[in-house]
Amino acid sequence: MNFSRYLIRRLGYSIFVLIGLSILVFMIARLVPGDPARAALGPRASEEAVEQLRSRLHLDQPIYVQYFYWLKSLFQGDLGESLFTRRPVIEDIKEFLPATLELAIFAGILMAFFGILFGVISARYSNTWVDNLIRVFAYLGIATPAFVVAIILLLIFGMYFEVFPTIGRLSAWIDAPPKITGLLTIDSLLTGNFAAFFDALKHLLLPAISLSLGGLFQEARITRSSMIENSKKDYTYSMRAYGVPERVVISKYLFKPSIIPTISILGLDFASLMGNAFLVELLFNWPGLSRYGINVMLRKDVEAIVAVIMVLGVVFTVVNIIVDIIVAYLDPRIRLVEKGE
Amino acid sequence: MNGVLEETLTTIDDKRDDHRTRAGRWWYQFSKNPLSVVGLAIVIFVVCSAIFAPWIAPYPEHAGPYVNYGEANQSPSTNHLFGTDVFGRDILSRVFFAFRSALLMGIVVLAIVVPIGVTLGLIAGYFKNTWIDTVVMRITDIFLSVPPLILALAITSVLEPNLTNAMIAVSVMWWPWYTRLVYGMATSIRNEYFVQSAELLGASKFHILFREILPNCLSTILTKMTLDMGWVILIGASLSFVGLGEQPPKPSLGTMVSDGARYLPEYWWMAVFPGLAIMLIVLGFNLLGDGIGDLFSMEES
Repeated sequence: MNFSRYLIRRLGYSIFVLIGLSILVFMIARLVPGDPARAALGPRASEEAVEQLRSRLHLDQPIYVQYFYWLKSLFQGDLGESLFTRRPVIEDIKEFLPATLELAIFAGILMAFFGILFGVISARYSNTWVDNLIRVFAYLGIATPAFVVAIILLLIFGMYFEVFPTIGRLSAWIDAPPKITGLLTIDSLLTGNFAAFFDALKHLLLPAISLSLGGLFQEARITRSSMIENSKKDYTYSMRAYGVPERVVISKYLFKPSIIPTISILGLDFASLMGNAFLVELLFNWPGLSRYGINVMLRKDVEAIVAVIMVLGVVFTVVNIIVDIIVAYLDPRIRLVEKGE
Repeated sequence: MNGVLEETLTTIDDKRDDHRTRAGRWWYQFSKNPLSVVGLAIVIFVVCSAIFAPWIAPYPEHAGPYVNYGEANQSPSTNHLFGTDVFGRDILSRVFFAFRSALLMGIVVLAIVVPIGVTLGLIAGYFKNTWIDTVVMRITDIFLSVPPLILALAITSVLEPNLTNAMIAVSVMWWPWYTRLVYGMATSIRNEYFVQSAELLGASKFHILFREILPNCLSTILTKMTLDMGWVILIGASLSFVGLGEQPPKPSLGTMVSDGARYLPEYWWMAVFPGLAIMLIVLGFNLLGDGIGDLFSMEES
């Protein structure tokens, strides 16, 4: 089967794109007006000290030489030092990435599951009040920015009814589970700490809903239209003519081909989800990589900015590979055809 | 009986077609979907309030560095429909003025991005399977390999944070979408007979790209532009939300939301109304874009 060949080509291509991204990000980082060495040491540092740091960071060499030095240290697991936290950037990332991953994965699952569910319901009961209700919500949900959803949810469920916590990942009175994966929900389940599990889940819910809502309704719309389109095809007519119950027609024959377009745009929706995480993490005081990213951006901490973008680029690439594998699994045309025009 | 009725209806339809101009027919198709009309109404409302902000805003002077602590933190009332902020400025007036920079952002970004993205897409699509195609499309892929908002944030932050740099940053991230869109269309259109006959007649590459292929992509590009007005404005609001867009005291929707978020839940109106204003803009352009898209697909079929 060609599947493994498809996979190898897909992986090779991702590596090419990531190298391209690293060049792009590196060039953006050099856009900073002024001298990074001077900026790091402050205006009162001696010219000698600045000169020393400059040659230590290879800033006195041509840009492509700088790039290769940077690439070399990248492969050694050295992402440089945050000039403001005075810590190796890799330490910062290890600390903050799991929180963002947990939030993004949870939001992604909500997005895919409820998006497809609402889409199927909407298509099954098309042009009834259920369908119309979902479609109205879809228009509003797609148009409302994640940070506005976050503020409304915070106000209603966090502050007015006080049913959900509004900041952080875990309540102060709950013992944090030992760090295994860094994802609190998984760690607490692994150690059998159910109090921590439910508390972590409660903290996840509001930010995850804020992040997932836009994509969720996008998925619902696409699922609905592709299901309705497929249900007008001859093979569904003949199934119905044979007297196969509608429930079986949907679950057995309509569902699989209809969610292929939905899954294909999951990658895109995940991109906007990750972008919006930068704003939503701020609002919920979520100690994740995106909040860290905003902080280093506002301080022009170049090494840290470059590292954050590269890490998120890798995450996004992995997500896209997973999406492509699922689509290829669902759609034999992609798996079997070598190269289509 | 039925036949007669149908015939009568067709003659009525024909007559209607005869009497109406093309624009009239378009409007007839467009207005069949009430949602499209709602979208158009929202967009007209937003554009008009931006243009006429100094005349329709109840307190136009509040759009700048105005301070009146006596009126600060007032909840929505007939005097101040959206309430006032911590400096005592009328939020409704500031929202009207904020529409200006929001729309400006959308227009400028699209004016930069569309020509560049479309031209590259046309060239890459026409020269498919040559080195030009490879170079252009691989660079496009690199730009699309990271969520646009994240790179836009990074670019604005390393430059000086202000509206101009926010526009530059968003433009840098946005052109690849048009390149990819047009590329897909150009690769199929270039095999059509009319393109081939233009080639046989010795038409210049410029003529083939912009006079033969481009007109067939215009409806899709226009639809995407309408939708993108909303998305670009949203990304601009996201940038100003973290302080990387239009700088105070000039009003911008994102800044108003993030400033207001600090005073939740007591002064909820400070964040909620500007937030809903962003939603309204995006919704308006979304509905209008869908309507225009439907219109074009009906024209074609």
